[in-house]
Amino acid sequence: MTNRYNRHIILPEIRQIGQNKLSKAKVLVIGAGGLGCPILQYLAAAGVGTLGIIDFDVVELSNLQRQVLFGDSSLGKNKALAAKQPLQDLNNDIEIKSYPEALTYQNALQLFEQYDIIVDGSDNFETRYLVNDACIITNKPLVFGAIYKFEGQVSVFNYQNGPTYRCLFPNPPQKDAVPNCSEIGVLGVLPGIIGSIQANEVIKIITGIGEVLSGKLFCFNTLTNQSSTLKINKNEAIVNSVLEKSAAFTSQSIKLNCEVVNTVSFKSIINKKNIQIIDVREAHEQPKVDEFNVVSLPLSEIQNHLDQFKNHSENYLFCQSGTRSKRAVKLLNESGITNCFSIEEGAQEIKNYANMRHYEEGKKDCHVPRND
Amino acid sequence: MEITIKYFGQLVETTNTTEELITIEKGQISSLLNLLLNKHKGLKQKDFQIAQNQEIVSVDTELSGAEIALLPPFSGG
Repeated sequence: MTNRYNRHIILPEIRQIGQNKLSKAKVLVIGAGGLGCPILQYLAAAGVGTLGIIDFDVVELSNLQRQVLFGDSSLGKNKALAAKQPLQDLNNDIEIKSYPEALTYQNALQLFEQYDIIVDGSDNFETRYLVNDACIITNKPLVFGAIYKFEGQVSVFNYQNGPTYRCLFPNPPQKDAVPNCSEIGVLGVLPGIIGSIQANEVIKIITGIGEVLSGKLFCFNTLTNQSSTLKINKNEAIVNSVLEKSAAFTSQSIKLNCEVVNTVSFKSIINKKNIQIIDVREAHEQPKVDEFNVVSLPLSEIQNHLDQFKNHSENYLFCQSGTRSKRAVKLLNESGITNCFSIEEGAQEIKNYANMRHYEEGKKDCHVPRND
Repeated sequence: MEITIKYFGQLVETTNTTEELITIEKGQISSLLNLLLNKHKGLKQKDFQIAQNQEIVSVDTELSGAEIALLPPFSGG
């Protein structure tokens, strides 16, 4: 009888014993985006027994050019939840745990403790440093990957006492110094290449074959096909300072550097349920959006009404052009409220889209609470 | 000595080149760095690490290599 994993098992380097190690392994993937999709696909296909996926974000149309687990039917759905079905279809023997939430200083340690290996496919420095430090504190190997336009970086950090991400880049860069994919674009196949290299490192760590990319940073350029492998030395002082601060770890809060992370298109939320849509313009501003339920809470008054945001799992803010709503989300983040997102379209555009959609599809598919 | 400088990521846009040849007296990496910061003003605002002959080094390391790479962090995923 042909086994699902036959092509692994006939490899003398893996055999049944290596395949058994894969099926016992527990791997947590941070982010089901460009990097997360290929990582998850190959690890699921390889039979990694438990795969955790954490992502707070929803699938948007502009994701589909590179996030190959998703299709049109996933639009507006949470990525951690949307990834589960195709992965389970790929391999029903494995357990897939979805966490449709943001990784925070509060949940990271307890979550990482449940896994053997952490794989970073996140898209912002705040999360990357959080993941790195949580891996140091929980003593988990971190398979790191990051991309920029046509170039990628891969390394395995905190593996068998090896260097960490902070040994390479001690502190997050200055705010706004490094643009991300949504601001400058990315070649769709790049995360496919880099994510696959990350999945390869995970499999090497689990099965104990080959040479793990620890103490080295692999850099690849898709335009020139040039690669470099740069040696990284461990900085004991930096690692120790993370450990010394570990008692205070859970009292830190994530300061989202990139406002874009919390910006969504109105079109991507139209199918969501149990959300609150908030107009942060002043009461006199036109046009009024009355095509669906909208709560009015001007930016100038937000700080006096923080309770308003706790009743719904997610809050979506808009204004005239998308600028004030971004400022409002930032303000709320600073006040410790992280379930808010800024809608990138302005009031007129939202109105137009809502009207067009009601006209085209009636009420049946539109879950944005209607104002009937 | 002649040294090839390689630029990665957004530093390619900052310097408008992927690679250049620099002639410099013997000394520490910091003296080369000063020369590069003067030549490419935009580099001052950038975060990056320096690798000499494929090894990440600090700026007080002696220049020994044929190749220096300037490596910024990437955040994308």
